[in-house]
Amino acid sequence: MAQVQLKNVVKKYGALGVVHGVNLDIAEGEFVVLVGPSGCGKSTTLRMVAGLEDITGGDIVIGDRVVNDLPPRERNLAMVFQNYALYPHMTVRENLGFSLKIAKKSQPEIDRAVDEAANILSLTPLLDRKPGALSGGQRQRVAMGRAIVRQPEVFLFDEPLSNLDAKLRTQMRVEIKKLHQRVGSTVIYVTHDQIEAMTLADRIVIMRDGHIVQVGTPLQVFENPVNTFVATFIGSPPMNLLDGTVQAGQVVLADGTTIPLPPGLHIADGRRVQFGVRADNIMPEGHALPPTAHMAFVDMAVTLTEPLGTETLLYATLAGTEIQAKMLNPRPVSPGETMRFGVALDKCHIFDADTGLNLRG
Amino acid sequence: MFRAKLPPWLVLLLPAFIIILAVVAIPLILSLYSSFTPYHLTRPDTLWKWTGSFNYIKAASDANFWKAFGRTVLLLTIALNTEMLLGLGLALMVSKVTRGQRALRTAMMFPMMFSPILVGFQFKFIFNDNVGLVNNALQSLGLTDVAIPWLVDGNLAMFAIIFAEVWTSTSVFAILILAGLFAIPQDPLEAAKVDGCTPWQSFRFVTLPFLMPFIYIAMAIRSLDVARAYDIVQVMTNGGPARRTELLWTLIGRTGYVDARMGYANAMGYIAILMSIGFTIYFFLKLQTARRELGMGEM
Repeated sequence: MAQVQLKNVVKKYGALGVVHGVNLDIAEGEFVVLVGPSGCGKSTTLRMVAGLEDITGGDIVIGDRVVNDLPPRERNLAMVFQNYALYPHMTVRENLGFSLKIAKKSQPEIDRAVDEAANILSLTPLLDRKPGALSGGQRQRVAMGRAIVRQPEVFLFDEPLSNLDAKLRTQMRVEIKKLHQRVGSTVIYVTHDQIEAMTLADRIVIMRDGHIVQVGTPLQVFENPVNTFVATFIGSPPMNLLDGTVQAGQVVLADGTTIPLPPGLHIADGRRVQFGVRADNIMPEGHALPPTAHMAFVDMAVTLTEPLGTETLLYATLAGTEIQAKMLNPRPVSPGETMRFGVALDKCHIFDADTGLNLRG
Repeated sequence: MFRAKLPPWLVLLLPAFIIILAVVAIPLILSLYSSFTPYHLTRPDTLWKWTGSFNYIKAASDANFWKAFGRTVLLLTIALNTEMLLGLGLALMVSKVTRGQRALRTAMMFPMMFSPILVGFQFKFIFNDNVGLVNNALQSLGLTDVAIPWLVDGNLAMFAIIFAEVWTSTSVFAILILAGLFAIPQDPLEAAKVDGCTPWQSFRFVTLPFLMPFIYIAMAIRSLDVARAYDIVQVMTNGGPARRTELLWTLIGRTGYVDARMGYANAMGYIAILMSIGFTIYFFLKLQTARRELGMGEM
């Protein structure tokens, strides 16, 4: 186990900058998820930690060693790749034991480590098969097993679940989490799937265009997004954003509808803002959570419903913007029906219309 | 009016049958038949005299035939392995080149573009003991005072032939192995790096197993080529001196066309072809094993 530090890490391909000065401290045993849309530099950052990409500037420290110029084999880490990257000509057993064989460990030692890893990941019946004869989920487990066997200081995961179907992904997510609780190694995990990020991470690092936008626990980034990018990227469905102007402590929307500012916020009149509210905080009356001290009410016509069982997702139009709201204890709603929605103001956010920054600070 | 009532499938297949008969089947049957006769080109009536397996027994008990056979196998072994190693090295180096790789690949194929006869003449000149480049260079560098009889001494002549053969055909291996290198998925190589492999270990345990099918394909193609080697040898040494570089096909060619003993030549030819088929099957089985190793399935 080791801590990992990224100090002002920069990656450029020629003149093209991909990662612009990333700073990140990862504690021993911490599970950190780098998340962001494709092309945000998260995979490049991970590959720099792995040593598969050179770094153009800055320092990467693993444990207490600066590893900038060390080849991957001297960094004592293990990586799980998106396409599994198994050795197709080796059996599962040989795949698992390969790194130990390279490290010139004795055969009994290799066997013990391989059997243990196979046991943890229920791979024992598959040990003598070749990767070609395995399903996607099994290959993914072998890839993880290969990482476990080495007992590395740091685990790196590069979108490991993105090639699996939805059901298997959920299952493997749980296995990865269990695995981390069991071995307790430092983990850096890259994904573009915010649900994976939320469910797995001790801390989430949200990246965009080669910059870190926000770092925090899943709840922190969910409840206090620093800008509209994080607000719409984290959480499903994404946060609703409504354009408006502040007038006398209220947000005036495009069609003249007014919603009071969330409590504790004082914003000068005339400032153009975006009012942000999650679907969980705008619910139709009678199908909502108990009202809080700061509620506002709007009438909206429902355009579409998505029943999810315990709740129904309602699509409605407010001031020309389509927004999503949740309905608890659902009843059938027909499109066009106008309902009265309660907005929990203390959970809402105001973003600057130009910079996108959260004005709650 | 007579109208043939041939079934349509036969009509449709007939052109193909006729071509195959004319081009392949009849010559093949004729040559096979003549190998059981004492057929002499200058005495056509000998074609009708059946002697059974006489020619085959004669070939099997002919020391010259077996020496030529052994020399051909030796040439195959040394030339193929040398070409494979050099081609592998060449391919590995070229694959690392980032600029001008296309031009390099083309240049690499130049030796293949020359007629083997001309290559033979060129090397005959290069290895000539009086005016050849090699002796000239060695003497100018002061490495030797005497003229080395490259094409006269049996072993040296064999070496010169192998050298010319390797010069011509290393690029076949290089091109095929290069194609293999481009087809290798990068992920397992990266996994190997992270797993702790040195560059050599990555090559040995990941790259090479991926390349083996390509190497065996090249081997199979080249084994057919080298087993029928005739032109370069004919030009450079004419099988001499005193049969010391005689290969199967130079011997067969001499027997058939110089001595006009076509029946006997055909018998030796069939033995040579069996050897070629043997090599092809061997490399094909190796290829299948290598593909199975990689989980690429049966062919």
